Amino acid sequence: MSGRLGRVVVALIAPLLAIAFAVVVTSIILAFTGHPPFAVFSTMIEYGTRPRTVTLTVNSAITYYLSALAVAIGFKMNLFNIGVDGQYRLAAMLAAAVGGAVSLPAPLHVALIVLVAMAVGAFWAGIAGLLRTSRGVSEVISTIMLNFIATGIVAYLLAPDRLAEPIAGSNNIGTAPIPPSGRIPGLSLIPGASNEVYGFIILAAFVGAAYWFTLSRTRFGFDLRATGANQAAAVASGVNVKKMVVTTMLLSGAVAGLVGMPQLLGASYTYSLDFPAGLGFTGIAIALLGRNSPIGIAFAALLWGFLENSAQILDLEGIPKEIVQIMQGVIVLSVVIAYELVRRWQVRRVASNVGKQLGTADESSPATTGASA
Amino acid sequence: MSATATATPASPAPVRRKRLLPRLLLGVSAMILLFSVVRAVSGADQLTSVGTISAALGLAVPIGMAALGGLWAERSGVVNIGLEGMMILGTWGAGWAGYQWGPWAGVGMAIAMGAFGGALHAIATVWFGVDHIVSGVAINVLGLGLATYLAAATFVGVPGGGATQSPPIPTMGTVTIPGLSDAMDTLAGKDIFFVSDFAGLIGGLITNVSYITIIAVLLLVATWWLLWKSSFGLRLRSCGEAPYAAESLGVNVYKYKSIAVVASGALAGFGGSYLAIVAAQQYREGQTAGRGYIGLAAMIFGNWRPGGLASGAGLFGYADALQLRNAEAVHALLLVGAIALAAIAILSLRRGSVVSAVVLGGLGAGMLVWYLLTDTVPPQFAFMTPYVTTLLVLSLASQRLRMPAADGQPYRRGAGR
Repeated sequence: MSGRLGRVVVALIAPLLAIAFAVVVTSIILAFTGHPPFAVFSTMIEYGTRPRTVTLTVNSAITYYLSALAVAIGFKMNLFNIGVDGQYRLAAMLAAAVGGAVSLPAPLHVALIVLVAMAVGAFWAGIAGLLRTSRGVSEVISTIMLNFIATGIVAYLLAPDRLAEPIAGSNNIGTAPIPPSGRIPGLSLIPGASNEVYGFIILAAFVGAAYWFTLSRTRFGFDLRATGANQAAAVASGVNVKKMVVTTMLLSGAVAGLVGMPQLLGASYTYSLDFPAGLGFTGIAIALLGRNSPIGIAFAALLWGFLENSAQILDLEGIPKEIVQIMQGVIVLSVVIAYELVRRWQVRRVASNVGKQLGTADESSPATTGASA
Repeated sequence: MSATATATPASPAPVRRKRLLPRLLLGVSAMILLFSVVRAVSGADQLTSVGTISAALGLAVPIGMAALGGLWAERSGVVNIGLEGMMILGTWGAGWAGYQWGPWAGVGMAIAMGAFGGALHAIATVWFGVDHIVSGVAINVLGLGLATYLAAATFVGVPGGGATQSPPIPTMGTVTIPGLSDAMDTLAGKDIFFVSDFAGLIGGLITNVSYITIIAVLLLVATWWLLWKSSFGLRLRSCGEAPYAAESLGVNVYKYKSIAVVASGALAGFGGSYLAIVAAQQYREGQTAGRGYIGLAAMIFGNWRPGGLASGAGLFGYADALQLRNAEAVHALLLVGAIALAAIAILSLRRGSVVSAVVLGGLGAGMLVWYLLTDTVPPQFAFMTPYVTTLLVLSLASQRLRMPAADGQPYRRGAGR
């Protein structure tokens, strides 16, 4: 297999195998718990392809896409930003508070909210970057700790005498609602659907394009990928790794700050107690499935959105909808194993090709190191 | 993980052992003295009451078991951030078997479920060479999904059960040393400087102790003995320090890593069983509340050593207990923190590290000001204490922390150079 087509086929083998494997595993679990697997899947597909559900799927996917991009920026450099979760929650809460407190002309108002969110996200991730470069603290641990600290700060600030106020008609509390000038109107993209796709989809697509361009067409992106692939070689070629670590964490955090925006600016207009949580961890899973590619992540995000939204029908049929969580978990775990197997197979293939061309029959595969993320 | 590891300075073991007991006693006495002073100054009697210590011990158990699980995995060179997912599996196992066949069956099932999660992690990381963090994240997703699905599938329709909780698990019973416990409780209530605090500590450790807590302490000691005093442990730790060297000496690295990671999951699951059986007496969705991650933090706080992680778990458990039982006493904790930080600052100044002395001293002064200017601490700040502490310890003592040299690195049989 050679050329572009071959590469696409290789790239698709692993995720398709993983999805197939996940279907098999979930079928077994469903059968064991007394639900006919085929009926479950066909119900999900029937419900999931209705226009209304498709819109919901796309809306979920927009959020997941941003979250996964934030994670992927770090992954490209072998940095594990486990802290996207805390970054986006803190960012969305503070941005919502700022957005609810001011009134500006429409474009400026939206821009202000988005910029505040990006700045807060970048700041929170930057702490982990600085701790890594100045004190040698692993970003995995520091971002996990920062997630919990963010939870505490959000809980502290989201209190009636601080940034929150009661929401009329419920016992929920949230930040002051963002006035219409700070909202992004929805788009009627899906024919036949009564609900609208978040207008933020345009910005999300732009972020995806910027991600692709920065990584593959700029010097910075090259340095970033080089550092991720082989830090020693990058240092030798003049890359300032410390600066790269901090910059990458800042960028990752800035994108993480956007994760809450589609929901905030397109649907809820306030950060309340029931603002979606845990999206950062979903982002990790999707970035892994999409192999950090802007297109791959988009498909993975759509798949996740589809699974989550089409499963809503299952509860009405008396089937626990959490079955999709198992499916997602199996997909992630088996896809990383599959990618690793494909990678090893490719390394062996390259090594044997080299061996053939050099005329040496030595078939021993070379030592390979490096994370597969 | 970029910690540059160097070989430990070869300190002669016998000398250290002779010094260990007096130092431990001195440390414990100093801690009690510190708390006595703060209690006398602030009047927060809950600080060292039997009830608080007892609750702290209980809350420390799940954290400590997750930390012990982390220790097993990381000593063999596998980073395990899937502890949270394995713990969640454990809570479901405890609920499912516990309500049907009693608490001990619950413990067994929790261990089995945790070990299952550990086995998945072992297959992915050890046998297939997947990145450890990636696999751990995937197991957290899977563990949560599996537990919530199984809960919905097995507890709905059972009396007392539902999609997010199991029917109640029969109680397991607790151990109290008769006579002594009451005596300590009376003494602790007498408000005598130092003596009452000491009595509170002892009383808390012997009153209403669950069997799981006792087993947890035994497991801690057993782990120390197994990993540091047996040839099995030497081989296991050699896989975490220099797997290729271990391989060249005939150690089956895959086998040892697999055993360690499965044991790691079993311990996390056991920690989960405490939450379900003793703390809540039923499975509840979300009851682990990130304790797998806190356990990981406690293990790092404890410098990848059993004694260290036990004190880390104790510290986190204590902060949690105080916050849950008596929010006003948390305010007194600020004074404890200020004095402790000042002491550590002086120590590090004497050791010659001016920067950390200044940072610590500044933090201590800030805490003192905070203590003097306010009457209460918002509960959310008490919630953050363990995490802020861990970040502080990591950023100020990272030179003194030493993780296993090959921790988190991929290992392929025969790929050494």
